[in-house]
Amino acid sequence: MGTTASQLRKDLLSEYQELTFLTKQEIILAHKRFSELLSKEDRNVPTPRVPMEKVLSLPELKSNPFRKRICHVFSTSDMKDGSLTFEDFLDLLSAFSDPATLEIKSHYAFRIFDFDDDGTLDGGDLEKLVNCLTGETDDTRLTTEEMRQLISNILEESDIDKDGTVNLSEFQHVISRSPDFVSSFKIVL
Amino acid sequence: MPSQKKNDIAIRMEDVGIEIDGELDSGSEGKNRKAKASPRAGGRNGKPATTEDEEEEEDQDEAPRKRARKKKASAQDSEEEEEEDDRSAKRKGTKAAGRKKKAVKEEEEEEEEEKRGKKKKGGKGDAKGKGGKEKGSGKDKKKENGNSSSSGESGDEDSLSEGEMASLKEEVEEKKKLIATLRNKPWRMKRRLKLLKECQAFVEEFEGALGKGKGRKLYAYKVMMAKKMIKFNRDFDNFKTACIPWERKIKEVESHFGSSVASYFIFLRWMYGLNLVLFAFMFGLVVLPEVMMGLPYGSIPRKTVPRAEQDRAMDISVLLDFGGYCKYSILFYGFYNDERTIGVLQFRLPLSYLLVGVGIFGYSLMVVIRTMARNSDEGGDGGDDGQFTFAFKMFTSWDYLIGNPETADNKYASITTSFKESIVDEQENQKDENIHLRRFLRVLANFLILCSLGGSGFLIYFVVKRSQEFANLDQDELSWFEKNEVEFVMSLLGLVCPPLFETIAELEEYHPRIALKWQLGRIFALFLGNLYTFLFALFDEVNAKLEKEKSIRNATIWGLNEYYSNYSSYHNTTDIPPPDIHPADVIRGPCWETAVGIEFVKLTVSDIQVTYMTILIGDFLRAMIVRFLNYCWCWDLEAGFPSYGEFDISGNVLGLIFNQGMIWMGAFYAPGLVGLNVLRLLTSMYYQCWAVMSCNVPHERVFKASKSNNFYMGLLLLVLFLSLLPVVYTIMTLPPSFDCGPFSGREQMYNVVMETIENDLPAFIGNIFTYATNPGLILPAVLLMVLAIYYLNATSKNYQNANLELKKKMQMARDEEKNRRNNKENTNQVMQDLEDLLPNRSLLPPAAAEEKPPLEIVREKGSKPPKVAKRPGAAANGKGVNIQKDVSLAAPNPKAAVTHPPGPRGPSGNARGPPPGPARGRGRGTPPSRR
Repeated sequence: MGTTASQLRKDLLSEYQELTFLTKQEIILAHKRFSELLSKEDRNVPTPRVPMEKVLSLPELKSNPFRKRICHVFSTSDMKDGSLTFEDFLDLLSAFSDPATLEIKSHYAFRIFDFDDDGTLDGGDLEKLVNCLTGETDDTRLTTEEMRQLISNILEESDIDKDGTVNLSEFQHVISRSPDFVSSFKIVL
Repeated sequence: MPSQKKNDIAIRMEDVGIEIDGELDSGSEGKNRKAKASPRAGGRNGKPATTEDEEEEEDQDEAPRKRARKKKASAQDSEEEEEEDDRSAKRKGTKAAGRKKKAVKEEEEEEEEEKRGKKKKGGKGDAKGKGGKEKGSGKDKKKENGNSSSSGESGDEDSLSEGEMASLKEEVEEKKKLIATLRNKPWRMKRRLKLLKECQAFVEEFEGALGKGKGRKLYAYKVMMAKKMIKFNRDFDNFKTACIPWERKIKEVESHFGSSVASYFIFLRWMYGLNLVLFAFMFGLVVLPEVMMGLPYGSIPRKTVPRAEQDRAMDISVLLDFGGYCKYSILFYGFYNDERTIGVLQFRLPLSYLLVGVGIFGYSLMVVIRTMARNSDEGGDGGDDGQFTFAFKMFTSWDYLIGNPETADNKYASITTSFKESIVDEQENQKDENIHLRRFLRVLANFLILCSLGGSGFLIYFVVKRSQEFANLDQDELSWFEKNEVEFVMSLLGLVCPPLFETIAELEEYHPRIALKWQLGRIFALFLGNLYTFLFALFDEVNAKLEKEKSIRNATIWGLNEYYSNYSSYHNTTDIPPPDIHPADVIRGPCWETAVGIEFVKLTVSDIQVTYMTILIGDFLRAMIVRFLNYCWCWDLEAGFPSYGEFDISGNVLGLIFNQGMIWMGAFYAPGLVGLNVLRLLTSMYYQCWAVMSCNVPHERVFKASKSNNFYMGLLLLVLFLSLLPVVYTIMTLPPSFDCGPFSGREQMYNVVMETIENDLPAFIGNIFTYATNPGLILPAVLLMVLAIYYLNATSKNYQNANLELKKKMQMARDEEKNRRNNKENTNQVMQDLEDLLPNRSLLPPAAAEEKPPLEIVREKGSKPPKVAKRPGAAANGKGVNIQKDVSLAAPNPKAAVTHPPGPRGPSGNARGPPPGPARGRGRGTPPSRR
């Protein structure tokens, strides 16, 4: 694809602009940051991948409790190791960019929250989600009783068809009402 | 070519492979799909889910085209296919160049074939579909080849018939639309890239074929211009984003403190932009012309420091009070001359002054309202709070911008607390032990706050009155404090009162969020009260000055008359030169406008000083002490009492808003004020960024900003309106000073406009203006506006009702779906009755129900049929459920609706065409019968 060169090709650049919500400067910056993550020997591979550990070391993702999920969702790797190509990386940044639509953001948010990749948010997903949100330490964790209560409340609110899980359309329905989501679902390089 | 195609498919399948999709999908259907898809995928065995997903997405793509052809697709399938083939083949023949195009064509063909295959299957509904399709495709290929070879040489654009042209055009338009919306699709980059290339190639190829004869060149030109325009727009956008300052700085703050603190800085930046524009107006249209073309300093009395003040005019203390040379400079109203036109350009300065003064308000209003409208556009309606409290906390509470571990920890803690809080809230829904005590406390608190508000108002009034007395005394006897009492007291009140309110608010025991709102409202009331008291006191002063001015004016006129009569009687001539007095010695009025301007400038400056000092002492010094004394102190300073300061977002935003209010009010009387404010905002950006990063800690309670964004904008609008009032009032009613400012010598300030209309514009415009200002015309106009407001209001209410109705329907539909899935007999009595009445069940394509849960009424309508279709089975067997029939007749496994994430594509599909009902429905419905 020619992205290995330190400079992005011009036509590719304009295509990327067409396909993402990023501006030219942002794409160039993303390319720079991505190239920094690449190890020496990787640079000569046609489509280099950055392993997940390296991506997670970015300060923008370091403190994010969903960082691993984010990598997995955006990775196109066959190995399911969460490694990213440059295009995956652009996909990520585009979905998290400011002008991205609610629709696309909520789609990816759903997939990030769907820990077992089964297409719905079930009890297990929600529990993991709560654990992510409350942090790893014991004093911030919820008790089992609280967790049960919380999850049943959430399902009561958002599980419209009452099948015990939240599916994408239900999720988007909820998210579209949220005033905060679009402004906080953002990552800027 | 086929191998290439295969490759493409393989790639695409790979891409989509990770897309979530229905493993939950009913097995049989998935398998069937796989079987159907396998010939296409060649030897490669994709997962069933994958292929299905792919197909579905293609379906979505195809939707518009389908719509275009649906009319034809009604009756004779096969015939129509032939036709279509012919057409496309011919089209191909016409431009028999380019491998690329061929690839595109192929792709298209393939899609069509696929669709057709589905249709066929739908129609005949057996395994023949597979073979038939393959055969069909083979035939197509052959025919296509033949066609292209035969019509290749004769191919000319003119051979395209009207209808073909139209359809081609439509297709090109579709492709273009697809290109524009491609970024909205949650697909992999590779896939989008490929599709984009295909579409671009297609458009490239066929755009040229469109338009014929004379129109052709024009069309090509138009297309080219459109392309250039797109490119230019994109470049311009890039340029615009490159011009936005402080992106890095704000990002840094964002990652440390989350979106809420950053929102203050974004607001600050927005304010800076606004002020920059205002400054450009003021500077370019008023200040600069006066400096360049007006009379220089010292030429006329208003541009000269009076003799009495001259020896002290350069003292720093005087200059700091904006007296001396400052007072008689372009910074203030009084300096401007009332000559109708100045310079070689005949620039009408007084007119420009008035228009800019009013235009500043107009521009600000426009910008604020536009921003508000845009803000309310995005980010959900937020209307029904409380419906999704838990879900919001769960799904939207993380701030992805946070990149600092400390902030992240705070965020964890705050999220946990909020979870716990809401659980507790839910468990014991408001168990109030002593409601009377609480009520009493709240009343008491409000009483106290009202008292302090009244007190502060009185204090300001008192101080302003006293300052007027001081002004009459000799300046030398006054201490610094006495001179700056007003500003000092106002700043002090702004500093002391908010914490006081906060303390009092503890009595009320409101929920923190409600408490924050009260707090904001109270601070707002305080500022507003103070400002208006200040204004009223100022008005008193102005009136006093007007009295004084009248006497001086009379004295001057009398003196002049005296001089003239003396001169004429002495020299016995009527040709009298003006009195030869040095401009500094001329007696002049108090010029109340300049006085008002000075008050506002002083207020602004003292506000800046107090804000900066507070940051320096309250944040920086505190942080220093906490940081360095911590080594040798009895308790932990960082965790204990003083700790580090938190960034007070609401206070800062309110401060900014009120500062802006003062600028708006004062700008008319002190044109330099806008420039001062630009400087202030500029320094403030750097200073506060530095202060926040170096000495503040993240909020323990992390508030989100977005919700209050429009709230702040609303406050700004209110302040703008409130600052508009006094200025317009003074412009319309108070007479301008007779010897200073651009309007001197006129009865009213707005007379400038009248003069211009009468003297400089053609007569008919004057006439128009007279008619326009006629009450007979204004009253109907106002009436019309009121009616329009009433009408819009009514419509919005209707929409609201419709929304509610839709919501209800949606819930009903979901209930129904759920019940259907559980195979419950009677879901809804009404529906059941209705179904019994319906004679013909196969009229409507039943599969619409499997579409995404209806978000629109269209869908709601569609969801009925499956029920209808299902009923017979149920009715015939009594209670038993005839699965075979159920499936074959339509009712798809409802789970399909759940597992497919049609969501993101839903609306677009909706917008582009009717839910792909028949084709897909039948396609889905058939597989079981193949078993």
